[in-house]
Amino acid sequence: MTHWFQQIVSVSLFNLRGIPQRKGSALSAIVGIAGVVLVLTGVLAISEGFKKAMTANGSADVAVILRGGSDTEMNSGLTREETRVISDTPGISRTSKGALTSAELFVIINLPKRSTGTDANVPFRGVQENAFNVRGKIRMVAGRRFETGKNEIIAGAGAARAFGGLDLGNKIRLGPNVWEVVGIFAAEGGIADSELWTDASVLQPAYHRGDTFQSVYAKLDSAGAYPAFEKELLANPRLNVKVSRLDDFYADQSKMITRFITSIGVFIAAMMAVGALFAALNTMYGAVSARTREIATLRALGFSAVPVIFSVLAESMALALLGGGLGAGAAWLAFDGYQASTMNWQSFSQVTFAFAVTPALLVQAIVWAAVLGLIGGIFPAIRAARLPISAALRAS
Amino acid sequence: MSAEKRALVMIENVTRTFHRGAEDIHVLADLDLEIQEGEFLALMGPSGSGKSTLLNLIGGLDRPTGGRVIIGEHRIDRLNDRALAAWRARHVGFIFQFYNLLPVLTAEKNVELPLLLSPLSQAARRKHVQLALEVVGLSHRTRHYPRTLSGGEQQRVGIARAIVTDPTLLHCDEPTGDLDRKSGDEILSLLQALNQDYGKTIIMVTHDPHASARASRTVHLDKGRLSAEAPD
Ligand SMILES: Nc1ncnc2c1ncn2[C@@H]1O[C@H](COP(=O)(O)OP(=O)(O)O)[C@@H](O)[C@H]1O
Ligand SMILES: [Mg+2]
Repeated sequence: MTHWFQQIVSVSLFNLRGIPQRKGSALSAIVGIAGVVLVLTGVLAISEGFKKAMTANGSADVAVILRGGSDTEMNSGLTREETRVISDTPGISRTSKGALTSAELFVIINLPKRSTGTDANVPFRGVQENAFNVRGKIRMVAGRRFETGKNEIIAGAGAARAFGGLDLGNKIRLGPNVWEVVGIFAAEGGIADSELWTDASVLQPAYHRGDTFQSVYAKLDSAGAYPAFEKELLANPRLNVKVSRLDDFYADQSKMITRFITSIGVFIAAMMAVGALFAALNTMYGAVSARTREIATLRALGFSAVPVIFSVLAESMALALLGGGLGAGAAWLAFDGYQASTMNWQSFSQVTFAFAVTPALLVQAIVWAAVLGLIGGIFPAIRAARLPISAALRAS
Repeated sequence: MSAEKRALVMIENVTRTFHRGAEDIHVLADLDLEIQEGEFLALMGPSGSGKSTLLNLIGGLDRPTGGRVIIGEHRIDRLNDRALAAWRARHVGFIFQFYNLLPVLTAEKNVELPLLLSPLSQAARRKHVQLALEVVGLSHRTRHYPRTLSGGEQQRVGIARAIVTDPTLLHCDEPTGDLDRKSGDEILSLLQALNQDYGKTIIMVTHDPHASARASRTVHLDKGRLSAEAPD
């Protein structure tokens, strides 16, 4: 048994040491596979980054309440009375400032992109005082919070980076009103990063919304309090609402677009993978034919087919993993943290996010490479093992 | 065992036909040959006459289309691939015209190759390798790679690899075919010594009369038939 293993290891090692003699074709396989991995990782990094932006601020102990039957805040509406009833529901965390809830509304405004100068939709959200405590992950990075009752804006860091006019101290005109940017906040790369915030009671009259809101964000006593809280709300005859945990809500919102990006990415990578696979097969058939006499000699000496098969697979896997490693490394260097913005189709507004080359993605990329290496090696390996020894020994 | 001394190699009624497209090539037809233990047999004949084909049947690298190949107590034409490979590893040492050394391995690692199939410890393998290299007179070249050795030296490494497992039978296909006269003569002397001093049974394909002169017996293969005399 041990010398079986030793056979496999030694024959594979002879083979790997011979790769430098087949540099050219080995390189073409490596580059092909690196390309596949680079593209796949790059595209999936977009999807990961987007998902991360959409879900970073989600919490299991925060609930978001919309009007019954609505999927997004866009088509939801709640009266002030309804938001009060919601805030009185048991299960919500309470402090000296009352129930930790924030009734919110938002409008979509147009701002020029810094990169192209063209207008893009930006969400402008009116929040209540407790919005910061409810979400927990909001941090001022410059300036201060808006004051109640004033036309003051604080901008998410992503929005401030992406859109013109959102500089600290700047005044921007939106319709008939002028707003001052008094602060920049960060939301850990979450969706709020792409938003502008102001006092809900200022936003309502500015956009003729009367005394209505679109959502209530509520911080619960604990994540475990959610089921009872939801049940209570749904059972309340004075309300007709839809309740979700914030993390589920964000994940749902990001699903459509991440699926779209992922499927495009996988499609492109699969097309390239076909090309890379042919390169790998070609390389390995070439390697086997260059080694015909060597393999026949080993077989003549009594080595069985198994180490020969393993040695060819070891070579193709080594090339594939090298290519995969290079591709994944290049993707990480090139894409990780790359800032982008795109349309969030759920709110018809821009989301800014960073490409995220996560460890899971890197592992996935390496697995792809290994699969390509395995398929690219298995057929040549079988051919190598099937060569009749006496005929192969005649090969020059 | 019967009282009568049996031949080490018994080829009985052997036929070997190759198929190339629709064509059948009858290389060996109804061939018989016996080789006694301790013989140094030269197998001669024109190019394409089937010398390598016959040698490969005896070495267990190929199977006959018909007939029997009996070596020692083994009917080797009946063994499956795996058993045949194990049989070759135990009983046959192979020496090739172009040496067939692995270019990525040093002389001693090349010689060690067949021992990787045995359960010997590393220390024991090392000892066998040193001994084999000593027998072929290459103790001073153990760490050299094949490309840094002359043709004659490479063939010595090839011979050391063939004898390191102490096989009964040495299988040589034109062992001097790629060497100049002087190196060729040295290789032939070495083979002769292995035959006379170490009792190895040797079967050597050659078309060089100089080479066959060193053998204890010569047979000629022509048009699928064997004869003791060279055809005129
Ligand atoms: N594997 C094979 N497939 C087809 N034809 C073969 C094969 N091996 C040998 N032959 C044919 O058999 C004949 C004898 O070959 P071989 O034994 O190599 O001759 P020699 O060694 O005497 O030069 C040649 O015509 C050769 O083409
Ligand atoms: Mg021949």
